[in-house]
This record gives sequence, structure tokens and C-alpha cells, in this order.
Amino acid sequence: MASVMSVCRRCLVGSLRKGLANAIKNTANRLNHSEWKNINAVLITKTEIYRNSSTISSERPVVKTTIDEEELRKFALLSQQWWDEQGEFEALHALNQIRIPFVRDGLLNQRGIPPLDITQPLAGFSVLDVGSGGGLLAEPLARLGAFVVGIDAVEENIKIAQIHLQQDHKIAGKVKYIEATVEDMLVTEEENFDAVVVSEVAEHVTDHAHFIECCCRLVKPGGSVFITTLNKTQASYFLGVLMAERVLHLLPAGTHDWNKFIPPEDLQYLLDKNGCVTRLVHGMCYNFLAKKWSWIQNTSINYAVHAVKIDSTKSGTTSESKFKNDSSST
Amino acid sequence: MMAATIVRKCSLCFATARQLKSLYPMSRRLQTSSSDNEYVADIVISGGGMVGAAMACALGHEELLKHKRVILLEAAPKREFKLPEAFSNRTCTLSPATVKLLNSFGAWEEIQKMRCQPVHRMQVWDSCSNSLITFNQEEMTQELAFVAENDVILEGITRRLDAVKDKVEVWYKTKGKQYIIPGVDSSEDNSWITVHLDSGKTIKTKLLIGADGFKSAVRDASKLHVVSWDYKQAAIVATLCVSETENTVAWQRFLPTGPIAMLPLSRSISNLIWTTTPENAKYLLQVEEERFVDAVNDAFWHERDMNSVAVSVGNFLTDISKNLLQGDTSSRQLPPTVTGIQAGSRASFPLGLTHSSNYVRSRVALIGDAAHRFHPLAGQGVNLGFGDVTCLRDVLTKAVYDGSDPGSLSYLVDYETQRQRKVLPVIATIEFLQRLYNTNLTPIILLRSVGLQATNTLTFVKDRIIKEATS
Repeated sequence: MASVMSVCRRCLVGSLRKGLANAIKNTANRLNHSEWKNINAVLITKTEIYRNSSTISSERPVVKTTIDEEELRKFALLSQQWWDEQGEFEALHALNQIRIPFVRDGLLNQRGIPPLDITQPLAGFSVLDVGSGGGLLAEPLARLGAFVVGIDAVEENIKIAQIHLQQDHKIAGKVKYIEATVEDMLVTEEENFDAVVVSEVAEHVTDHAHFIECCCRLVKPGGSVFITTLNKTQASYFLGVLMAERVLHLLPAGTHDWNKFIPPEDLQYLLDKNGCVTRLVHGMCYNFLAKKWSWIQNTSINYAVHAVKIDSTKSGTTSESKFKNDSSST
Repeated sequence: MMAATIVRKCSLCFATARQLKSLYPMSRRLQTSSSDNEYVADIVISGGGMVGAAMACALGHEELLKHKRVILLEAAPKREFKLPEAFSNRTCTLSPATVKLLNSFGAWEEIQKMRCQPVHRMQVWDSCSNSLITFNQEEMTQELAFVAENDVILEGITRRLDAVKDKVEVWYKTKGKQYIIPGVDSSEDNSWITVHLDSGKTIKTKLLIGADGFKSAVRDASKLHVVSWDYKQAAIVATLCVSETENTVAWQRFLPTGPIAMLPLSRSISNLIWTTTPENAKYLLQVEEERFVDAVNDAFWHERDMNSVAVSVGNFLTDISKNLLQGDTSSRQLPPTVTGIQAGSRASFPLGLTHSSNYVRSRVALIGDAAHRFHPLAGQGVNLGFGDVTCLRDVLTKAVYDGSDPGSLSYLVDYETQRQRKVLPVIATIEFLQRLYNTNLTPIILLRSVGLQATNTLTFVKDRIIKEATS
């Protein structure tokens, strides 16, 4: 459990000081502030609360809040940092231009029928965004009609994401952010999501096998797992770590630990072991001058994987051919 | 309000509900439309001129944007338009690309129902030499462009705006008084744009489109860098009566004081746009109408500026190309004689260049003259404005289909890049031509007449120019 606690998209582009140190600080905070621990407890014991729903108002454990106006202002400021498209998360904002179509088209292919309302192509899908950070991925998916649950192990990110979400009343009801890990979610939400999106998170995880297993268990049979991450190659060490962090300063130094990177073959093996068949693997390339991502053949640095969980109840599962021309290689 | 709704509805977990509840004071502050005078929109377009109205219309007719609330702010009141007998002196030359855009939301049909004149051929020539260039599609069957009055174009678009009333609201007699733009005015904690209107109302919007002309208030509020200069020239417009049977040719002659152009409006009516010195313009506005007609005829016909060197070199080159290249040099036509002027149709306006170094910033996009305004010598101004509309519509549609906020800079930058790639070469060419023809120096006259002659001979170059100018 502790291993996956470190799942944190903020670490990806947050500075060493703000990111890594913060994560440690936050863990410490979590131990100190019993209130927030209580919230986790509430989450886990959700089923019990449901059972007592008739007496809910009196029975519900009272959570004292420590948030005051001052703190809200602080988080509002942090939220502006996350959502500044020219700020420290620039590359992550730019990534939306390819990863949202990747998820959208992947899900549409999964369903196989065109959406009723083209403005809400993902209506009816429930998506789990693992490592939701400031909500960069969750909000666009919600705007496309999906119901999104964003989980993040860092309490601060949850608050930041929620503050930003409140600005857009059209999607505010379609996103839930929870301070939790994938293990926490498994307690109540096993096989409950049409899709699990693990974007720029897997490269921060120590125990890949366990993490992927949890992710796969959260997906409904027939549902999808979308992963974008970094390959474990010499190229990814030189370009993804040394160039990006030391030379071009696209990311703060210390963002990535190359040892935690995972090659696509290993990822596919893990997905396969957990009953998920890989539908496609795409390489991704960041043009740091144009600040644009594009799909490429070569997967030696960044890559994206779409896997579909085998539905054992249906014979022969979904037809292969439907996924042949899968999505987004524009 | 919203937080409370979620608390009630929350099906997933109470933790979220609790956290949201604790955020309630914050969310209430961020929530909009708390009072009657506060409105929320997805896209606000400031300025309901031809380009602004076309933008609103294009967005309103886009299927993917049907759930977006678009508000168009127009300072003028809604007018009851009835096509007048007399032609207006303000016209535009619409390129095929513009026609395609207007067609995409049905406005072109409305314009054709009223009136517009096709242009089958263009002839551009120099007053200092015999060099000329002509543009026409083969056999003159296909239109190079259309000339239409500004009023007619705007009415055509307005009619189509009425068809999407439920999606696009047009607020007449309304003007933005103050624009609060995040990143410029950081005092606001809301990251949307706030528009304070002169009517006392307030709109919060995700995207503000500035279509408010070359003195754009949106551009000023966004603190975008602007390059501008004055041409020290004035343009005179007038509605002319011409003796012509078909009248489908656009004529332009370069005089040392500036180009004079005649654009067909109907079988016997043409529109004049004459660029000249401010002093001459003042004189031409004052003289009697008969004297003005004489001056126009003289400007198209006189041979006072002929440069003997350029003429003889030109003739020599014509001979060569006739004999060796068998190029297309013989198609010189004579412009029609101006017989009269529609009473009171003379007007003048100063000319200048204004170019915004950036067309976008987060949550702001500039279109039309707000982004770029330059010399009217090629009649490209409004076409580039309509080009902005087409491009911005496509970019916003893509952004929305990708689930992005329409004000997202990542997408708006695509609009800027695409448009500047198109607009900057056009401005550079026009500035070059403007300077090239605004002189009496023999070497330059020689150079330009040879250049024009050569371009006229080389068909593939001409085809390329037509393609560039019409796309």
C-alpha cells in the first residue's frame, strides 16, 4: 500500500522542492491531521454508512474542517498555477491535445456505436483518473460527458482540483475528486469503471506489478485501461531525464527517477497477466519549440497504451477488427 | 448552490461531499450569476460588424458548439434593412474563400437574393509605363471574386443570425465598458474574463473575441503589442455611373500618388476607391461633381506620368515575349468611361496599418481589423478577416470536441499560428507594392514595369497568385 501512496502526478512537473518535498510533508501532515485521516476512514466505511442511510444525518461522523478563508485563498492561488497553460505544467497542458482524443476515440471504439449527442460523446461512461493532480485530464473528460472520479494521494491536489472545478458549473456535478490510492478504491469500486486512465503516473510508481493489478481490477469487464508513461531506454534517460531536466529545463530537476520507468513490453505483460489485452501502443513526441505533442511510431521515450479487459461473460469478446483502426493516430 | 446540490446528490462518497462543503464559501464566491445583472457565457464577441457578426453566425451554426452560449455585443441598434435603390459607397471584394464561409451558414444565398456583382477579370496597370497584369480564369466563366456592399453583406449575415437566435444572443446598443482579463488584471480571483457593459450588466465568459475594429478596446485591455503607422494617404470612395455593357472587370491603376480602383457593382454602376494624398483628397471632396468625374477619368487615362525609359524597355520586352515566349501580353483592355456620380456618394477616410503582434492570449482572440488592418490596395482586408473567422471556428470546434475550455491558450495558439502564416506574407506583399508604386524614380519604375510584365507573361506565377489571393 505504501508503495502506491507515492502515486502523484504533481511530482511529474512539480519542482523538487514543491513536489517531492511536498509529498513527504503531506504524508507527515496526514499523520498529524487526524481530520483528514477521518475522511479516508469515511471513504472506506462508505458501505456501512449507506446501510444506515435512514439515520444518516445524526449517524454520520462529524468531520471538523481546518479550511479557513486564508487557506482557501492559498489553494486558489495554487490552482491558478496548475491551470496556467504557460506555467510549470505547460507540457502537461499540451499533452491534452493528444491524450484526450486518445481516450475519447478509444472509448467510442469500445462502445462501437456513434454517440447520440455529438457534443457529449462520452455520455454514459464512468472514468477513473488515477493521479488526477489539478484535474487537467478530469475536467475535459467530464466536458465530453463522462462521469469522472479523480483520485490523488496528495491532499493538496484534491483541494486545488476542487477549487478549479467549481468555476465551471456545467461540469461541477460530473467530477468527484477523492484523496485516495488505487488500493483504497478497490475496497468499494472493484470492476466499477468503464475506463481507468493512468496518465503520466506509472513512471512514479515503485511496484508496477501491484499498481497495474489494482488498476486492472477497477475496470469493468470489457472496459479500457489507458496508460501514458515513459519507456526505460537509453534514449529516455538522455532525452527524457537529462535533456528535459538539466539542459532544456522543461521539467524541474529531480522530477523523474529513470529506475522507475517501465518499458512497453513489461507493461503489456503486466496488463496481460491481469486480463487486459493491449489494443494499441503509440509513441509520443514532444516538440519543445512548438510546445506540441504528436503521435510517432517510435516508443523509445514517451508512449501510450490502450488495453481492453477481457469480458469472460461474452464469448469471443469484442471483435478484433473493430479496434484495428483505433483512434487518434493523427 | 452547486456545492449543496452535489452534497445532496453525491453517490460516490461522503468524503468528497464533506470536502466540497468545506469549500462552500469559496465556491459561492466563484459561482457566477449571483445577481440579475450578472450573466455567464461561453463566448462573447465584442463588435457586430461584418467580421464579428460572421463569427457569431459561424459559431451558431456549428453542431458541436450547440450547447455553448454565445453573446454578440453590438453598439449600434438593430436596423430594419430595406435594400435601397441607390448603391452604397462602402463595398468589399469577396474572395471565393469568403464566399465559401458565408455559404457554410447560408448568408451567401441571402446576399445573392439582394445584390452582388461577379468579377471575371482584373486588370492592374501602371501610369508610368505600359506594363500591365491581368487576372482571369479561363474563358472568363468562373468568378475571381464578388463585389458586394458592406450593408448587404451585414444584412445577409444578420438574417442568418436570426435563424440561430436560441444559440447566439445579439445584444444591440451594448458596448463593453471595461474588460477584466486574467493575467492582465490579476486582482480578480476568478480566472474567467469579466466584461462590464455600459448598460450596467456584467458578463463572465470563458472566451472573449475582439472584433471591434482597428481601435480595438479588447486588444488594448489585453495589453497586446501593436505595430502601427500612418500611410499619410487618404482613400476616397464614391459610387460611379459607367458606360459599360457587361461590367464584370475590376480595374486598378497605380499612380505615383496611390492606386485608383474601380469595382463593378452592377451593369452600369461601379464603386471607386481612390488612394491619394490628403491634400488632393480634400480638394476632390470639395469640387463639383462634374469636375470630380473628369478627375476620375483623367486618373484612369492620362499619360503625364509616362517614363520614356520604362516605356521603351517595356515595348522591347513585349516584343521579345511575343516572339519568343508567345506569352499572354496582348490582352490589354481599356477601362470604361465614367459618365457620372451618384449624388452625395463621395466620402473619404484616412489609411493606416495596424498589426497586433499577437492575435491571442489566454481567453482572448482578436479577429479582423482588431488583429490586422492595412492598405486597401488589393482589397484583401475583409477577406483576411473572414479567413480569421473560418480558422477560429475550426480551432474552437476542435477544442470543444477535445473537451477543452474554449478559452484554452493551447488551442488559441493554433489559430494565431495559422493566421499569421497567412496574414504576414499578405501584409508584406502589400507594403512592398505600396512602396514600389509610390515613387517617380526611373530605376524603380523600370524594375517594377519589367517585374509586372514578366509576372504577366509567366502563367504559372499568375496562377499561383490567383490561388493565394482566392484561398
